Amino acid sequence: MEIKRETLDPSDFRVRQLQARDMLRGDLEGEDLQKFVERSVMTTTVEKAVAWSQGNSIYPMTFGLACCAIEMMSIVAARVDIARFGWEAFRASPRQADLLILSGRVSVKMAPVIRRIYDQMLEPKWAISMGACCSSMGVFNNYALVPSDKFMPIDVHVPGCPPRPEALMHGILRLRDKIHGHPPDGWRERYDAVGTEEVLTPEHQRGSEQDAAINVFPGGDTAGA
Amino acid sequence: MPDATGLELIAHELRESDADSILGTEFHRNRAVLLVSPQQVPAVLEHLHGKGYTFLASLHGVDYYPEEPRLGVLYEMMDMHEVDRISVKARVSTEHPRIPTVTPLFPGADFPEREVYDMFGVVFEGHPDMRRILMPEDFEGFPQRRDFPVGGEPVLFTYNEETGYGKYQ
Repeated sequence: MEIKRETLDPSDFRVRQLQARDMLRGDLEGEDLQKFVERSVMTTTVEKAVAWSQGNSIYPMTFGLACCAIEMMSIVAARVDIARFGWEAFRASPRQADLLILSGRVSVKMAPVIRRIYDQMLEPKWAISMGACCSSMGVFNNYALVPSDKFMPIDVHVPGCPPRPEALMHGILRLRDKIHGHPPDGWRERYDAVGTEEVLTPEHQRGSEQDAAINVFPGGDTAGA
Repeated sequence: MPDATGLELIAHELRESDADSILGTEFHRNRAVLLVSPQQVPAVLEHLHGKGYTFLASLHGVDYYPEEPRLGVLYEMMDMHEVDRISVKARVSTEHPRIPTVTPLFPGADFPEREVYDMFGVVFEGHPDMRRILMPEDFEGFPQRRDFPVGGEPVLFTYNEETGYGKYQ
């Protein structure tokens, strides 16, 4: 029987394995060592590495507001499992949480409470506005509610009434993309909606930051409400 | 429900003790309503309590705009043994929205009266804690009155930005 011998490609796994053994023994020297190190080390920036780890270990806040909270609870269950992305640890304290999911309607009375919780969270922190009520007040568009953009910064809006868990999952993955440094591919450009960031008509112009925080209209003026 | 005759009998009894207390009666769709002058509400409820209507099932406000007097406070009384109900209605104006409290007789009226105050601005005299209950403490106005603006935010979508509120400048 003829024994056939052939030289392995230097990038072959077995070759690299043997080289690693040599390196650990201290037998690898000179140009071989240089090549081994070049192949083993990946360079990146600190920012990218930090963003990568932040985006893959978000701790959401244990915080439910209304019916959307029921849908939010199911994202930790088996079907859409955010534990797959390292987000499963819901924290009961804002000091330990990175993400606030506003799941439901925010009343005028509740808004200062939420703002305070958001302020208590440590940087870096993000917020998801879940459902129609929280983003545009939905079916409760009246004197009692305030949209979440009015009193705190929101990173991702998830539409729906209520959004399915899959929709929230999509929003969460969008937030992860954002943290990783790929801004979500602007929906305003896609839908030709540039310029619709604000909904106030000139006579409703905000006077100051203080006015912007409180959902108050001039007396008697309810146009379009 | 007391029938129409039973309602008249109750009204007659109450008129005997105080001639001014009952302003009228309504019997509509098997629902008996006593129209009561606001100042006499505690006395009337006490009388009904003695007749077996021991449970204040509900206490709520109504705005009858544009009728005058505009505001109404309704007390739904219930006899738990006979399963019998009777409503007591008191009307107050927005200029003088005051009515005596019934909390000494029915402690459970505490929160409903605060809610009626919160939403309609009816002040219950003698109430132990007459504050807003649902809206923030610094809220101005009484939101369930018919002349209160609905409020809210005009929401603009791309499909209505031409016909709606216009593009944001």
